[in-house]
Amino acid sequence: MNENKKIKLFINNKPIEVEEGTTILQAAQKMDIEIPTLCYHSLLEPYAACRVCVVERKMGEKVDLATSCNTEVKEGMEVFTDSEKAVNARKMNIELLMARAPAAEPVQEIAQKMGIEKTPFEIKDPTEKCILCGLCVRCCEEVVQANAIGFVDRGLEREVSPPFGEPSEDCIGCTACAFFCPTEAITYEDLHERKIIHEEMDLGPSKAIRVPLRQAVPMVPFVDEESCIHFKTGGCQLCEKVCEKEAVNHEAEEKEIELDVGTVILASGFKTFDSKRIPPYNYGRLDNIISGLEFERMVNASGPTGGEIRMTNGEKPQSVGLVHCVGSRDENYNQYCSRVCCMYSLKFAHLIAENTDADIYDFYIDMRCFGKGYEEFYHRLLEEGTKFIRGRVSEITDIPLSEKEEGKLIIRVEDTLMDTVRRVPVDMVVLATGLEPNEDQTELARMFNITTSQDGFFLERHPKLAPVSTASDGVFLAGACQGPKDIPDTVGQAGAAASEALALADKGTFELEPITAEIDEEVCAGCQLCIGLCPYTAISYDKEKGVSVVEEALCKGCGTCVSACPSGASQQKHFRDQQIMAEIEGIFIE
Amino acid sequence: MSKQKPKVAFYWCSSCGGCEESIVDLAEDILKVTDAVDIVFWPVALDFKRKDVEAMEDNSIDVSFINGAVRLSEQQEMVELLRKKSKMVVAHGSCAHMGGIPGLGNFWNKETIFHRAYHTTPSTDNPDGTVPLEKTKVDGKELSLPRFFDTVRSLDQVIDVDYYLPGCAPPRDIIMNAVQAILKGELPPKGSVLSPNKSLCDDCDRNDSKPEKLAISEIKRPWEVELDPEKCFLAQGVLCMGPATRTGCGERCIEANMPCRGCFGPTDQVYDQGAKFLSSIASILDTDDEKEIEKIVNTIVDPAGTFYRFSLPASTLRRKKMEAIK
Repeated sequence: MNENKKIKLFINNKPIEVEEGTTILQAAQKMDIEIPTLCYHSLLEPYAACRVCVVERKMGEKVDLATSCNTEVKEGMEVFTDSEKAVNARKMNIELLMARAPAAEPVQEIAQKMGIEKTPFEIKDPTEKCILCGLCVRCCEEVVQANAIGFVDRGLEREVSPPFGEPSEDCIGCTACAFFCPTEAITYEDLHERKIIHEEMDLGPSKAIRVPLRQAVPMVPFVDEESCIHFKTGGCQLCEKVCEKEAVNHEAEEKEIELDVGTVILASGFKTFDSKRIPPYNYGRLDNIISGLEFERMVNASGPTGGEIRMTNGEKPQSVGLVHCVGSRDENYNQYCSRVCCMYSLKFAHLIAENTDADIYDFYIDMRCFGKGYEEFYHRLLEEGTKFIRGRVSEITDIPLSEKEEGKLIIRVEDTLMDTVRRVPVDMVVLATGLEPNEDQTELARMFNITTSQDGFFLERHPKLAPVSTASDGVFLAGACQGPKDIPDTVGQAGAAASEALALADKGTFELEPITAEIDEEVCAGCQLCIGLCPYTAISYDKEKGVSVVEEALCKGCGTCVSACPSGASQQKHFRDQQIMAEIEGIFIE
Repeated sequence: MSKQKPKVAFYWCSSCGGCEESIVDLAEDILKVTDAVDIVFWPVALDFKRKDVEAMEDNSIDVSFINGAVRLSEQQEMVELLRKKSKMVVAHGSCAHMGGIPGLGNFWNKETIFHRAYHTTPSTDNPDGTVPLEKTKVDGKELSLPRFFDTVRSLDQVIDVDYYLPGCAPPRDIIMNAVQAILKGELPPKGSVLSPNKSLCDDCDRNDSKPEKLAISEIKRPWEVELDPEKCFLAQGVLCMGPATRTGCGERCIEANMPCRGCFGPTDQVYDQGAKFLSSIASILDTDDEKEIEKIVNTIVDPAGTFYRFSLPASTLRRKKMEAIK
């Protein structure tokens, strides 16, 4: 078929020229002539089930009625969408549909527009919504390609159903049928239990094509292969069809891109402490014990509760406990202070006070409000009525010892100001979870030839003089990958890292440290022990001379090759064996 | 009469006699030596007495070759005497050079060595428990023996040494080169070891068989593996001191498919051969896990005897602390 072949016809006596293969409905839509439809969807093959779109057509001498959604135009055709004959037929069809599915709203709407108040036919089931338009069946077949539902029976008994009326194994639970159903006749049930408030990470499938989050950079959607129907059945690809810019491509695959760069800024961030590692806190076992990040998500206006603070039963808590130093400043987990938890806990206390009438208890070791305006914020909280209890929480339990503890979470703590052990019953507990290095931190460090400090975060070259540089020239650090820090500190450090990187890139050269290793080729026997050891791949083997050679620009003067060199050919400038021995001798001279 | 021939002395201290043998091993070359020099003192081969040496004028001997470590007071007296009489002293062989095998006695002291030697070895038959004494009265007369030191010393820890001939024993080409250099007066700076300042790997045919990254996950002793005669010993998990040992030996052990034991000592750059080699081995263990490292290192049988087989007295360790010996 020649796609560009044009066809001329008349609709309601007006001429129009359209491409061959166009339907009467599409041609009419182009002329802004309204034809009511129910079973038509532009993304699915027309089916002509509802017969609401019926029009009168005239081809030469022949005049008859036709469903406009699936009738292709012909040269010289004359179409009348609102002729008496057409309207009467449409009316009749609507009346029949009204009798079949009295609860279907779109049918009512069309009836209203046409001035039909009541159907003359007998109503069988006043709650019926299904108009047997077949959109659901067609969508499951054409789009999803799961073929999980179909029509069963004939005539009055005809209905949409999965095979034998049982939940179908072929159903992938995509709910596309419900999406296409014009009358909301299809409902779906979630057979899996899901908590929608506190375990929002497990909220079930998201839209398969979506923008990952509101702050995403770049702000473009991606296709989630886990949820996408196309990757399950090979069908659908509706997003690809409807995208006018043709920006969606299901064939696109994840790619590793190699870039040659002169400088690198590592800003790989952190992970939060997993509170399940502290069994007495019962996180993950008892309801209404949530981590700081989960609380943060909940109070976010775009979060699952729209910013409302709710317990798992949907009610507002009457009392909330905030527990500091979860996984931080604790010899069993991390010795260091995570630096952000005091302040975010205070913020939480403030938000809870703003949002609810709950009693707020804040369990702290000591308040670390070191930033600008932080101490003032703490004082504000003191005035707002948060009850501060100094002491490390030993246990959070749901086992009551008295009547007033029934149905509550009981926080056991040694109140070091009152010198007593207290049990504080609350409805909800927010754990101020600390910051930890990422799981692949060491791997990343190895990749960039930098080191990590004892706590596992990346080590800066010098804590005061080179706080954003690393042992590898041209590799800089920004943010919590170097150590726990809050947003202002991170932004400050990121700026410093960016300018250091730019300064280096702009200059195009860099100065070498004078302390590097060198290999005396007169002494080197070419045993090559050093080559595999060099963490900076600075040593290579000169086959011609039979010696190992240090590339000074790469050498960081770590001394590994020096200590490994069995013949003493590799020596560290300024730390030669003679120099060290002379120093040692100096120490022992009285 | 023609120009006087240079006067040469040979002496042995605490040694096995192998170094004396190395002179004899020069075979017909010895004739060239005796043609060129006058041997004025060589107790192992010729009948000289101490008083003959004492009678010589100071600095009258052109060169003294002294082998063996200094273990006894008599040896100390003799080397001091020879130093006085000689223009040049050459430490001949590993024991004089670094203390050698007798130097391993520094893990013990006189008391424990005597106890072992005269009381507890399986071959000891000493029902009266007789022990050598410095002075003993026999029939009203006093007999004396040299003093046995607690610590074995290398030659240069007792007297000033001009040159070192390394090896256990030094191979003949090294000796002949040294003799010829002395005769011609073409000598390197004082204190030099008369062998190339490179490690054995430089001359080792197996060096190319080394993998790109040498990593040891298990340390084996030579008898535990069927050694590949082409492959680097370290790559086979067998400790070879070659990388930490001066070359010049002619790879005698390697050619016999045995790993280097380190008799030539370290290169000039290295203070402590054993520590240096230990440091290298520690660097190439094939793990980062502390427990695994411990496991591998524990497979080294007799680490002190392995790393310091020839060099304990000359090392920074020198000896085991006296108070630590029971």
